[in-house]
Order: sequence, then C-alpha cells, then structure tokens
Amino acid sequence: MTAALKVIRPGLFDTLQDKGRTGYMALGMPTAGAMDRIGLTLANALAGNPPGTAGIEIGVMGPDLLVEADSVRVALAGPLSPTLIESPDAPPKPIDSDRSHLLKRGQVLRVGMVEGSSTAYLAVAGGFALPVFMGSLSTYARAGIGGFEGRKLQAGDSLPLKLDHAPAGGERKLAAPFDYGSGPIRIVWGPQDESFSEKGRATFIGSDYRVSKEADRMGIRFEGPTIEHAVAVEKGGADIISDGIGPGAIQVPGAGLPIVLLSDRQTVGGYPKIATVASVDLPRLGRLLPGQTVRFAAVTVEEAEKLRREQEARLARAAADLQPARPAGGIDLARLYEENLIDGVVYERAPV
Amino acid sequence: MSVRYLSCGDTAFTVEFGNRISPQINGQVMALHGAIGAARAAGELKGMIETVPTMRSLMVTYDPMATSRTALQPEIDALIARGLPTEAKTRRVTIPCCYDDPDFAPDLAEVAERTKRTPEQVIEGHLKSAFTVYVLGFMPGLAYIAGLEPALYLPRRSQPRVRVPRSSVAIAMDMTTIYPFESPGGWHLIGRTPLRLFDQRREQPVFLAPGDHLTFERIDRKTFDRIAAEAEAGTLDWSTLVTE
Repeated sequence: MTAALKVIRPGLFDTLQDKGRTGYMALGMPTAGAMDRIGLTLANALAGNPPGTAGIEIGVMGPDLLVEADSVRVALAGPLSPTLIESPDAPPKPIDSDRSHLLKRGQVLRVGMVEGSSTAYLAVAGGFALPVFMGSLSTYARAGIGGFEGRKLQAGDSLPLKLDHAPAGGERKLAAPFDYGSGPIRIVWGPQDESFSEKGRATFIGSDYRVSKEADRMGIRFEGPTIEHAVAVEKGGADIISDGIGPGAIQVPGAGLPIVLLSDRQTVGGYPKIATVASVDLPRLGRLLPGQTVRFAAVTVEEAEKLRREQEARLARAAADLQPARPAGGIDLARLYEENLIDGVVYERAPV
Repeated sequence: MSVRYLSCGDTAFTVEFGNRISPQINGQVMALHGAIGAARAAGELKGMIETVPTMRSLMVTYDPMATSRTALQPEIDALIARGLPTEAKTRRVTIPCCYDDPDFAPDLAEVAERTKRTPEQVIEGHLKSAFTVYVLGFMPGLAYIAGLEPALYLPRRSQPRVRVPRSSVAIAMDMTTIYPFESPGGWHLIGRTPLRLFDQRREQPVFLAPGDHLTFERIDRKTFDRIAAEAEAGTLDWSTLVTE
C-alpha cells in the first residue's frame, strides 16, 4: 500500500514548492518556487530534510490531511494554529506550529488558517514522491506544470510520500521564531531607475505603499502616491523594449503605481523597473497581506549581498539549533519542570 | 563594443547591448548567451545561475552566497573582450499554418481591411516574411518573432481577448507569435498551427529557441487535422520541421 497524505478538505491556495525551477528562463519558463524561502527552509530543517526539498506552501488557509501511511513526520513553519484529530470521533486538539509532529495512520492534521502572514509551510520527512519537471517540483499553476498535477491542491488528492513510515528520532521545534526583520523593505535602484524623474524616485522611497487585493504568487500591486516617469506616459515613458525580470523587480506601468514581481513572475517584460527588492527582504514580501503598508529604502548591491549573507548565516544557525519537542500526547519532563518552577502549577495539558 | 550593466538587485544584473530592436544587437545578445553557456560548461563563472536573452539585453542571475556582482561582472566583461562570434549557429524552422478556417483566423478580414489588402494578400505577406525568434517569455514557450512584412504592421487590439485558443498564430506590430497555451491575448489571430509549441511530454518541452530563423508554410484543413492528430498522440516527427 502506498504511503500518502490525502487532502480531505482543501485550503485556499496550497501548492507544492521548492527553491524554484532555475535554468529555463531563456525558454520563457518562470522559476516559481517558495514565496518565503525562510519558511520552507525551517520546515525542512524541522522535518530533517535537505533544505531544498519540496513542501506544501500554505496560502492563507491550509488543508485537512488524512494520514494514509503507518506513520509520517510532518513539520509546520509559520504562524498557524493547527489541530490534530486523532480518531474519527475525537475532537480537534490544538497542536503547535514551528515544530515537527509524528502522525499515525488515520489521524487528520487540520492545518488551519495562516495568521498575520499570507504563507506558511508544511514539510514531510523524506519528501513527496512526485515527478520532477525540469529539475524542480515547484508548481507553476498558470501553465499547469510541476507539483501535484500542476495545480493547487483539491479535495481527494492523494500526495504520495517517499517514506512509508517516519524515520526514527524525536520531535523538534524552533528555539525561537525566526526574525524576518522590520522597517523599510530594502531595494536596489535599477535596472530602469533612469526612466523615472527625480521627483518620481523621491515619491517611491518617501511614501507608504499599501498591498492591494491584487496580490498573488506572481506579484503584488501596491496602492499609494503615483510615481512620475521621466518621459510623459503618452510619449512612451512607460514602455521599454522588453528585458529580463529578476525576482523582486518593481515595475511601474503608465498608471504610476508599483508592482513587485515575485515567484510566478513572467521572465521578460516591457514596463520600466524602477528598483529591485533586495533578496534579504523577498521572504517578507512573500508574507504580506492585502491592506498592509510598507516603505522602501535604497541600499547598494554590495550592501544587499552582505545583508543576504548575514541572513543566511542566521537561518543556518536557526536550522541547526533546534530543540527537542514534546511528542503529541507524551510528557516533556524538561518543560514540565521548567514551567512548574516558573508558574508553580503543573502544565495543564501534560497527561497524568 | 560597449555594453551597459544595469542592476537587478543582488541576484541579477542586465548586460544591455542597445536600446533598439535590430538583428545585429540581438545577434550580440545571443552570442554572449552562447559564450556564457560555453564558459560555464568549461567550469568558469562559478555561482552564476542562468541567462535570460531578450531582443537587446542579457540578464545574468547569480547566487550571492556563491559569488558577488564585484566578482562576476569582470568575468562577463572579459568574455566580451575576448570577442563574441559574429554569427551564432541558427536553426531554420518551418511552421505549418492553416489560414483557411474562419475559426482559426477570426481577425483576418479586419487585418485585411485595416492594411488595405485582401485577406489573400495578408496571408501571402505572412508567408513571405523572414522571421527570427528574438525572445521567449511572458509564458513558457511563447516566442516573440520579429520580421513581419512592414505592410502588415498594426498595433495590438484595443480590447484584448480573454481567451485565445492554443496554437493560434497571431500578428501585432512588427512581429508574429504562436500561443503555446490557451490564454488571454491582444494580438490579431490570422491562422493556427497544428503544432504544440509547449508540450511537457517532450524531453525539450519548448520547441522554439531564440535565434531560430522561421517561416510559415500554408496547409489546408485536412493536413492540419492529420498533423494535429500526430501532435496530440505525441508521434509527430519534429525533426522534419528543422534544418540546421
């Protein structure tokens, strides 16, 4: 019997994603890939997987997954309030995110809502046994490729697992939530900052921009003050001869409002790009929700590279510095004693 | 040759050869694309990820964990300084196209009227155009193919269609294209090819490549149906469409 996780109730926009499909942009193939590479990396670390393993990107609300395997270790990363249904008539029991859980056949993991972010991640130990397309499992739904049948997960989908039972070892949790940083979103000017007037560039970095409802894996349209092009729009100031679009490119069409292009972005385009989000802050973009407001602040290429390297070092430490976690239904003696000392009461959820 | 380097954040930069559409500029872009591919095959350019050619520029993406802009840009400069081949190796590709079914060519009459020609003259103009694939993009396998007969230049439709059938052959501005998927689109539909430009069952899912020289060959509906059936079944011999 094949080991699988079965979707018994779909979420809103759940897709298989890894680090993206690189090497085929010259053929017009978007890279796709995780909107928040930090979340995916942490989920994989908690599951004991290599960092680039494909996991489920949870978009806004996650699925209910029935375990059709002797056992499976799943790891959740991100602001989720998951519950576990241990048997068909049992009430859903709250469990923690940012840790791994050992699940048994017949149990249902209700991933639930993502709160305060648009994305969270679920990884399974060993990964999903799905066909790799052009070197990647990332779903690119517009072309119907990658992931599970090239689309978001639906009720009835049976996601095959590489392992038919969870590998030995205990459950682990993050030592602390990862700090994604705050303050302005760092950008590097270019490739077409010259297509904007000095006033237009000042508007862009001097104003608040609000995430509109048009925000998805392809990009985010922002609302706010309009950015002036150097040449009048009716004289072609918002048209360029198409060139390549990198991750985080911020294009400004004739209407003057910025669009940040993310994982499912097209490979080339004909609007001028005033700036590009520094890769250190792309995961923050991948977590933004409609209505949230950001500011942009300029850094140099060298500063952006340095910030990214520092973040990756911090991420590597977070992924290496995992703590033992209490198995569901088991006793975590360390935590029991610790909380007794602090609170003077027995941890209420520890079974007697 | 002078190029400009444009920043695309800390994971990419663009090498801009010019700011106009010309076969010479595109030839240089494709030559650098090829030279970088060869250099990487020889183990150079560590930390580089991929290149994205367009009509006038080449975007170079890299991993800032493995290299830096400061390290990589001089290596690209050195490749350009060594001299790029002036004539990149190109393929000649023939695309069968059926213009005769009104369902395939809903805009043929309007294009004829607006260019003050007969529908038959529009088809002839498309058939005698010497096309070159400048760039792929917008969606996987969608090629921007320049070289349309100047008499047929028209801007895009003011109202794009919500649904353009897969494999539609269309024209706009100085270009033609072939829709690899059913998708929205604003170009004028003048025919349809039985080929599938993107088919993930093939080892090389995308058929066209930048730099391909391309002409269309007129086929009737019966031939269309026969080739379409082969394309559907995956038995079509694509090599008959290409000469090196």
